Amino acid sequence: MPHDHHHDDHDHTEPPSDLELRVKALESLLVEKGLVNPETLNTIIETYEHKVGPRNGAHVIAKAWTDPEFKQALMTDATEAVASLGYCGRQGEHLKVVENTDDTHNLVVCTLCSCYPWTVLGLPPAWYKSAPYRSRAVSAPREVLSEFGTNLDEDKKIRVWDSTSEMRYLVLPQRPPGTEGWSESDLQALVSRNSMIGVELARAPEPADEASQ
Amino acid sequence: MKGGHDLGGQSGMGPINPEPESQEPVFHADWERRVFALTLATGMLGKWNIDESRHARERQDPLTYIENSYYENWLEGLETLLLDKGLLESDELAGKAITPDTGLSVKVPDPELASKILASVASSEREAHSEALFRVGDRVVVRASEGTGHTRAPRYVQGVSGIVSAVVGCHSFPDSNATGVHEGATLYRVSFQGEDLWGQTGANSEVLVDLWEPYLNAGES
Repeated sequence: MPHDHHHDDHDHTEPPSDLELRVKALESLLVEKGLVNPETLNTIIETYEHKVGPRNGAHVIAKAWTDPEFKQALMTDATEAVASLGYCGRQGEHLKVVENTDDTHNLVVCTLCSCYPWTVLGLPPAWYKSAPYRSRAVSAPREVLSEFGTNLDEDKKIRVWDSTSEMRYLVLPQRPPGTEGWSESDLQALVSRNSMIGVELARAPEPADEASQ
Repeated sequence: MKGGHDLGGQSGMGPINPEPESQEPVFHADWERRVFALTLATGMLGKWNIDESRHARERQDPLTYIENSYYENWLEGLETLLLDKGLLESDELAGKAITPDTGLSVKVPDPELASKILASVASSEREAHSEALFRVGDRVVVRASEGTGHTRAPRYVQGVSGIVSAVVGCHSFPDSNATGVHEGATLYRVSFQGEDLWGQTGANSEVLVDLWEPYLNAGES
């Protein structure tokens, strides 16, 4: 049962010791042969575990909600607009932003592997790389969305973007109602990673949030 | 290639069971972290490109690919590449011997250079040598894939007709890039109606797929 294998916690947190040993042995071998600098490994991990992540994307989205000029630039050339905020690099070379509207909802997948806009979202979550999501996002998008608790009106069209080339897609969610006058930084807190993949909507403001405005 | 990786439209893979976003760590075990970093670090040696790297993971036995966890497939692909490119010997990988001098001239990035590489842009755009065959609005049909090599034409669109929604430009062609031949081909964004792919269950949905010119035939409009 493939899904059991992918989603069994045991598989992720306590891998068979031979797998751990195999990785350790490979790392030692590559270091010993001078093919890898151990400090470089730490730099790579640090970059994707702590520096590049979905907060970058939330900044982009909140700015697009509050700055019409930026939004226009983002829709015209997302790679350049996002770079103007300092976000550029690997797996973000050819970025396109797709906008949710009253009529259309966008959803991003990579059915062939795990292509994902690293520069704005960081590394993909486990479910994005899993067989259940990759298989059904294209053929049963409404069912997939409901598994994330997202239930759209039947008459809303769903547009699924399969990342088969080096183009990377980022969803611009609709700005939640009740956020008029909110600052860019307050809005950022409503932009989840999942809303920028398209499996959820941007978060609705909590009553407490509204009171603080 | 009809590998286990070509998952679009398949059934029977089970529920998604996503971890809550606020609780999911970037890596679920230390070995995953190490495999990720080793893959990126050795990729910086410049001995292979992204399509060779994908193909190394995807040409495993399809059942093994499906049963493996994500980073197990990365590990499998990485070992394959290291052997194929002569950076490691199979004896070394088996822990039997170590040949310290590989005789290979590689520049091993230090942390500073690695940071620069991660923040740099590796465009897949290539110089176009011919005009695009199709225009926006043209109807096209995806060809059945041939051979056993790498391809980025998913099975679920093969034989299906769609409409060109954008001419993206000339981009590195994965099928040849995976064999180390660096040539470009015109890349299109093709729109498929859900009904054309899945019948009635696809109603009110559309799938957009990026496809290169060699994957496409002209369709009847």
